[in-house]
Amino acid sequence: MMQSEQPALSHEVAVVIGGFPIVLRTHDSAFQALVERRYAGFVRRQVQPSFAFDIDVVHPDGPVSEEEELRVWKDDGRWRLERGDFRAEWDPQAGQGKILQAVSPYAIDSVLRIVHTLIQAKEGGFLLHGASAIRNRRAFLFSGVSGAGKTTISSLAPKDAVLLTDEISYVRRDGEGYRACGTPFAGELARPGENASAPIECLYFLAKGPENRIAPIEPPEALRMLLRNILFFAGDAELVKMVFRSACEFLGRVPAYRLTFYPDARVWDLIQ
Amino acid sequence: MSAEPMAETYIARSPAIAARMLGGEMMIMSAVDSTFFTLNEVATVIWQAADGHTPLSQIVERRVCKEFEIAPDMAQRDAADFVNQLSQHGILLVSDQPIPESKPVAGGKP
Repeated sequence: MMQSEQPALSHEVAVVIGGFPIVLRTHDSAFQALVERRYAGFVRRQVQPSFAFDIDVVHPDGPVSEEEELRVWKDDGRWRLERGDFRAEWDPQAGQGKILQAVSPYAIDSVLRIVHTLIQAKEGGFLLHGASAIRNRRAFLFSGVSGAGKTTISSLAPKDAVLLTDEISYVRRDGEGYRACGTPFAGELARPGENASAPIECLYFLAKGPENRIAPIEPPEALRMLLRNILFFAGDAELVKMVFRSACEFLGRVPAYRLTFYPDARVWDLIQ
Repeated sequence: MSAEPMAETYIARSPAIAARMLGGEMMIMSAVDSTFFTLNEVATVIWQAADGHTPLSQIVERRVCKEFEIAPDMAQRDAADFVNQLSQHGILLVSDQPIPESKPVAGGKP
């Protein structure tokens, strides 16, 4: 699928998100510098990688892949990921993968997100379209569709809150509970999250309103809303089942509420 | 002139779904296209009884009519509509013969 006439892959950097180190190797020093800047708080030296990707950065006149829409599928034990600006393959058994991509940082962002959704699908966790923050050593998730208030609530966070992300929350199993981990995937706030983690206290589904109010959500409705906001791209029936089960398990252990808030800092009086 | 006997309908839960009872409601997700369904009480009873061997008419007669006090004609009609809807989404398998237990569906290309 991917041949390279490039020199040896001499630059490598380990990006550790959710506790999973993924090594990115490239021959392109400028791209390596871009990766190190973009994932600054998540770059580690001398770690034992879970997986490694060799990246060919190209400067094509047209799309890298003919797939306009993102497509993720499994073929002969390897995951294949394609979109207009990248083509990637990943062999989870071998722990190796290859990426052919345009110089855009959005391509590597997308590949990392997808790979982590695949990792977490088997681990009982998931990536959630939502902001998250730590306060008093406990993590709070704020999920919702675009416009629900993820960026707003993140920008209103008090100084004692550690913002894990304003866009993509990372949820992983942690014993009998769940832990939220910071991610470098930024939304409108254009600020990567802190590389920190904490046990999850609760999940809020956001809505803007005239006053601040927390209301319980019936479990079926919470499951519907949670599934709507879990990131999962693969057309793989067994993994879809696993994600469904993970969402059910999560709601059995973490309370979910609807948080209606007026967009000023007082909403954080309720979150602690 | 002799009337042909009505063919029985057998229903089985598709192996390509994930389901969970939550807060008294049966939640079902298709593993093929991720469509999501919530079943009401009557539909849940039919769903749970869909073992591939019990005819639909018997499920309706012995479970739905008794447990929900619904008139047999109406119950049979509603059950047929429900089965038709879920089968169109691949959630229920339908046959005029008993349905053997299916193997789990493996993942593949979308």
